Amino acid sequence: MTETDFFSLTPFLILAMAPIIIMIVISIFRNYEVVYGFSVLSIIAAIASLFYILPVIPHSIAPLFIIDGFSLFFLGIIFFSALLVLFFSYDYLKHLDGIREEYYIILFTSTFGASLLTVANHFILFFLGLETLTLSLYILIAYEKSKNSSIEAGIKYLVLASVSSAFLLFGIGLMYLTFGTMQFTAIISAISHLKQLPPLFMYGFGMLLVGIGFKLALVPFHMWTPDVYQGAPAPVSSYIATVSKGAVMAVFIRFFFNIKGFDNPSFFIVISAIAILSMFVGNILAIQQKNIKRLLAYSSIANMGYLIIILLTGSDKGIHSAIFYLITYFITTIGAFGVISLLSTKYKEAEKINDYKGLFWKKPWIAAVFTLCMLSLAGIPITAGFISKFYIIYEGMRAGLMILIFSMVINSVIGLYYYLRVITTMFSSTDNVELPTVSFIGKMTLAIITIGILVLGVYPGWLIDFIVKYATL
Amino acid sequence: MILIYLIVILLAGALLAWISGNRSSIWPRIISLVTLSVDLLLLVIYLFQTVSFSNKWLIDIQYEWIPQFGIGLHFALDGLSLLMLMLTFFLGIISVLISWKEINTRVGFFHFNLLLILAGIAGVFLSLDLFLFYFFWELMLVPMYFLIGIWGHENRTKAAYKFFLYTQASGLLMFISILALYFVHGNSTGIYTFDYIQLLGTHMSASTSMWIMSGFLAAFLVKLPVVPLHNWLPDAHSEAPTAGSLILAALLLKTGAYGLLRFIVPLFPTASVTFAPIGMALGVIGILYGAKLAFAQTDLKRLIAYTSVSHMGFVILGIFSFNELAYQGVVMQMLAHGISTGALFIMAGQLSERIHTRDINTMGGLWEKAPFMGAIGLIFSMASLGLPGLGNFIAELLILIGAFKANVVMSVLACLGLIAATLYSLRILQKVFFGPKNTDWKMKDLNIREKMISGSLVIIILGLGIFPQPVFDIAKPALLKTLDNYIEKPVINSDSNKSETTKSETNLNSKLFFYK
Repeated sequence: MTETDFFSLTPFLILAMAPIIIMIVISIFRNYEVVYGFSVLSIIAAIASLFYILPVIPHSIAPLFIIDGFSLFFLGIIFFSALLVLFFSYDYLKHLDGIREEYYIILFTSTFGASLLTVANHFILFFLGLETLTLSLYILIAYEKSKNSSIEAGIKYLVLASVSSAFLLFGIGLMYLTFGTMQFTAIISAISHLKQLPPLFMYGFGMLLVGIGFKLALVPFHMWTPDVYQGAPAPVSSYIATVSKGAVMAVFIRFFFNIKGFDNPSFFIVISAIAILSMFVGNILAIQQKNIKRLLAYSSIANMGYLIIILLTGSDKGIHSAIFYLITYFITTIGAFGVISLLSTKYKEAEKINDYKGLFWKKPWIAAVFTLCMLSLAGIPITAGFISKFYIIYEGMRAGLMILIFSMVINSVIGLYYYLRVITTMFSSTDNVELPTVSFIGKMTLAIITIGILVLGVYPGWLIDFIVKYATL
Repeated sequence: MILIYLIVILLAGALLAWISGNRSSIWPRIISLVTLSVDLLLLVIYLFQTVSFSNKWLIDIQYEWIPQFGIGLHFALDGLSLLMLMLTFFLGIISVLISWKEINTRVGFFHFNLLLILAGIAGVFLSLDLFLFYFFWELMLVPMYFLIGIWGHENRTKAAYKFFLYTQASGLLMFISILALYFVHGNSTGIYTFDYIQLLGTHMSASTSMWIMSGFLAAFLVKLPVVPLHNWLPDAHSEAPTAGSLILAALLLKTGAYGLLRFIVPLFPTASVTFAPIGMALGVIGILYGAKLAFAQTDLKRLIAYTSVSHMGFVILGIFSFNELAYQGVVMQMLAHGISTGALFIMAGQLSERIHTRDINTMGGLWEKAPFMGAIGLIFSMASLGLPGLGNFIAELLILIGAFKANVVMSVLACLGLIAATLYSLRILQKVFFGPKNTDWKMKDLNIREKMISGSLVIIILGLGIFPQPVFDIAKPALLKTLDNYIEKPVINSDSNKSETTKSETNLNSKLFFYK
């Protein structure tokens, strides 16, 4: 291992060190504020280190790692999302009984797992990262041990994730059987000599797709999503919706674009079908939800459906639009779940849509942020969601994917219906419900998210430039 | 720069109004009034400085916005948009004034939404970049949704939903069309841009042009609205608060008509000629069907809403006649309908403020209680049925003459609409102000504020009816520019459609020369 190798792994070293240090700190002196402060600083340090290693990329450490602009971008997105989740976790965990500090240890290990996925150049690293992420997520989901729903969600995730991992492993095995290697670059160069993909490889890829579809909550592998989102603590739900999906998306985009999966007619049809199904099923089921966390779960299914359209564009520009979409979707989703977690108390999770009745007249600013998040998810102008939807439609139309684009448009209208319902509820008449006071950290984070949504909605050019400059495979 | 100021002033006023609403309920009203007056004043000053209205854009400014996609901040002003903007700001002031006593809850947020809608409408009238246009087109929806959904009447939630879903769904179709146009233009010239001026005269095959146009049409025809896409309108109009109904009827519907004039006609010359018979038929159906439904309503606001459907039928009839006379009528109709229907909605609002009902079967004999209000009602009912001397007469007459040159049958059928208009207008008067007293209401006549509002509207409608020439002069260059493709050069875009196109063009030209 050379010095540059070591140097380029700085972000991972920071992420790996942080939980160990927190563990030592807890064993000596258990204090919530100290642990929290250290966690925030570590994540910020990890973000800063991305700029620090910028001069050495692209750099690959054979056979496992490849650190290029694309992975740095996803690392940035993941770390920043984790930071926002961390901010919202402060209030949420503060009123929790029992041990709270360990939550941050596990948040770090899962982020570490997620970040490994972005640099994976080998199925082993892919699988290791994914399992580190998933194992940590079981604990995070079931973190509120006193709640039955939390435990139930944890077990559900555990069982279904194990099944999907089995599929994934089998798929990887079949690909290994075909080419005798598990390294992405080796597989790609092996494929490039072939006229047609070998059937065994295609079966393997199908199995892989099952595993990935599960992690991204694509129809028909979406069953776990609403239950887990509902049962998990609100910040953890937002973490699953963003960091875990983003990381899996990163590795999937890398693999799919490199093997040129979009040129293969059967992959094309399968992915189109999954995209269309995810949009329709997600949006139509979301209409009937009375629980806001379930509603957001179904909305995330639909959003992932929009996103995988990009896989079929088969161009670098498509990848740029996917990254832009992920950024705006992450900000918006974390904002929405953030509001939920800020309004939850020790005794009651603010998860019924009816809990938000009259919120606009009791806490106008928080309600305004929530409204903005809903409008952004619905893709209404001046919000970031509008530009990102535009970007996807733009790239989709450029690639001529008209059926997918039309179903996206139809679904935008369906989606609007339930997002508006949430907004309407907030405007309806008031009944007097006690709402918790929101701490400074919570308010500041909401402010960051608001600014993010508005700035990206009105003036997105700089971010697009930034993406185009760095995020290429 | 003045164009950007107009919008920025509105947006700043909106934010200020919201923030100041926490302190007292008078500040948002004053701030909105000042904001709108400043905008109107800027325009009026500009109008007096402008010596001549030439064929060019009066003001044309362009900045980069998102250069990666070829999106620019391109605002421009010509006679047409100038007139529409003046109507917007004037009726904006009126809607603040009529809400003075009606809106007592969440005043700050109400005015925030009001000014935001007006900013959106002003943006629509000024944008010359298709992306920017769509941006403003969508921008006005959300605040309008709030306006109906929060301050509306009993069934407000359903009405607000319906309004939003209809307009958003049709808007998205337009968005797809905008992108399609963008790619068609980019693929043929290599310049990827949303700029209206550059997109003019894009070469495309007849079927492509038809498909792309239908997306635009969806958005504009829903907004206008045209039967059978009018379903959202009666609900939204009758459930909205008075200011909301006023803005919906007087301004929002006009954005649809404006879109047809500004985008459909110049961008798709051949396709819109092909579509013209259907468009004119839709117009005639709207005129007659709207009038019939208006006659059958018992809810006063719903009745007025259906008269809008009928009047907007004239607009689409005029637009698809493709001649200057009809277009002058269309512009006049947009202004006169804005004023007269707005005034009727204001009257309905004043009535329901006093007697808390909109059911005309419970009214009757109100003239002796409120003679001033009765007189106002009389004037605007007459305007609505097209009495000479009032703006609507000029408008409808010009449209009918223009349409007669293009299609005799349609024009004759549309004339029947005038009779139907007489029926429903007189029914309003009969049921509300004359006729037997069904209930003995205790009510006051208009107060000073309301007299001033109604009085100013009367002056304008009379002015439009007696001295229409200044409006014609302002609008003329813009309208001729719109009709450019239809008068001078026959447009041939594809070989397959060549003979047919030329034929219809020459047909049209001969008609136009006949008129000259």
